[in-house]
Amino acid sequence: MSINATPAGADVAAEAERPTGRHAAVPGQRAGRRPRPPLSENKRAERRLGWLLCAPAALVMVLVTAYPILYSVWLSLQRFDLRFPDEREFVGLDNYVTVLTNQFWWTAFGVTALITVVTVVIELVLGMGLALIMHRTLVGRGIVRTAALIPYGIVTVVAAFSWRYAWTPGTGYLANLLDGSAPLTERASSLAIIMLAEIWKTTPFMALLLMAGLALVPEDLLKAASTDGATGWQRFTKVMLPVMKPAILVALLFRTLDAFRVFDNIFVLTSGANETSSVSMLAYNNLIRGLNLGIGSTMSVLIFLTVAIIAFVFVKLFGTAAPGSDDGERR
Amino acid sequence: MAVETTTRAKLRWGLLDVIVVVFALVPVLWIASLSFKTSATLTDGKFWPREWTLDNYRTIFDTDQFVRALINSIGIALIATAIAVVLGTMAAYAISRLDFPGKKLLVGVSLLIAMFPQVSLVSPLFEIERQLGIFDTWPGLILPYITFALPLAIYTLSAFFKQIPWDLEKAAKMDGATQGQAFRRVIAPLAAPGVFTTAILVFIFCWNDFLFAITLTSTERSRTVPVALQFFTGESQFEDPTGAICAAAVVITVPIILFVLFFQRRIVSGLTSGAVKG
Repeated sequence: MSINATPAGADVAAEAERPTGRHAAVPGQRAGRRPRPPLSENKRAERRLGWLLCAPAALVMVLVTAYPILYSVWLSLQRFDLRFPDEREFVGLDNYVTVLTNQFWWTAFGVTALITVVTVVIELVLGMGLALIMHRTLVGRGIVRTAALIPYGIVTVVAAFSWRYAWTPGTGYLANLLDGSAPLTERASSLAIIMLAEIWKTTPFMALLLMAGLALVPEDLLKAASTDGATGWQRFTKVMLPVMKPAILVALLFRTLDAFRVFDNIFVLTSGANETSSVSMLAYNNLIRGLNLGIGSTMSVLIFLTVAIIAFVFVKLFGTAAPGSDDGERR
Repeated sequence: MAVETTTRAKLRWGLLDVIVVVFALVPVLWIASLSFKTSATLTDGKFWPREWTLDNYRTIFDTDQFVRALINSIGIALIATAIAVVLGTMAAYAISRLDFPGKKLLVGVSLLIAMFPQVSLVSPLFEIERQLGIFDTWPGLILPYITFALPLAIYTLSAFFKQIPWDLEKAAKMDGATQGQAFRRVIAPLAAPGVFTTAILVFIFCWNDFLFAITLTSTERSRTVPVALQFFTGESQFEDPTGAICAAAVVITVPIILFVLFFQRRIVSGLTSGAVKG
């Protein structure tokens, strides 16, 4: 059979090859329905088409992530400074020793961990509140939803500039509330502002994911609880939270990994001054300002490993609640 | 009595609504307000401008630096969006309609990539792109954007495609439509909203990126606006870059706000459909 690469043609081709009767089958019900008979011509054509359609996407994703990350493992084992290209040599794990015994790395790691934990916790609370408002408000639902999407959509750098000028003495409406101090020149207040900017920007995303979970809570269950005399708080903790658990875990996973990558806000707000660098900021500085590919790659690998560990822990703790189970075949 | 409680409840919800709206809008209004201030009143610390001016906007559109960056931003985001949506549509169609081994693997891989720490790619991509000669070019940015937009596109689109009643296509053919007609008249209109929503989400993602843009570019040739904003500060051609930065920031914020205003419902369903079906 001839295979047309466009979705339109593919659709037609698949349709023509499809035996009648199984057309409406839900994907989830197909797998393992009966012992596999030898593959028919139709079946093989369907497979071929499936692979063909997925190949470009899969290829791009693997080429731009898997290959570079392996390459960065290779680079991380070398002394490789673009300012002194002649001194490039294989040094084994030396770069890792250098980075892991370096106080800047651990300071940045601490800052990143602090920002991640604090922002994700606050976002979860605020996001839940926002989700409840967006879901249950009696008035102006459209306006609230639209307004809440704006921080999500806005360019992070733009928002970061807004916060920076707001806290700049003289210029800013917020800085003037303080008595002439410059909060972005001190470590604690800088970190607080970075977290504020992060929370402002990403709470709506958290809220949207939680709202999707809220929509799954059956209304009559809430009514029944209410009739049985449950208070609002009891309805929330005993009825809503259990139903929403998968949505909460997905939101937490996504936000935790995302928060760990914090970069834009720090770049604009402090450029990492006063020990406010995150690990991403440090990796960037080593690469672009220091042109040290060896050390930069070592940090890349370490960040990758950290994120992988976080993801692994989440998935282990929460099992199949991870996203992707939505294709119906994973459970 | 009942009426009274509803009014009270309405007031309470209304108050909460106002808090949310104010919280969401203040930083946006603030940067817009700064962009309309004259250079004399820029540092007066007032929230609203006392004197309004468009000078800042004139300044940025007079400089090549901003105009180039704007062209780069638009071009790169549009091309990356187009490619990601086409590839994503093909893959999502296969995932939602065809049965083939490796499907779960693909879904798993795209999930992994959605969670991938992008900063880990910065060092190796920098070196790879330098060797390939695509460092500081449009393709150099488009490639990573497509990669990280694809998981988003595949999730959103396959969720949409699963909801399409594909039987309609067969019904149309029974009624005498050709396969082409069935696709054009029946399936395409049903699939279009999903594809469109995905395109918006992917565009926002590309438009917002800062990390790749600042590491994989070095000149005006391919610098996008979020990065160019940084360099306004560094150069002396503006007396006081604050106003210009704010004006440029407003210019790149307007399209996003328009998207959000017009497609709020679709954006919400697109963002949540792929992520939560637990």
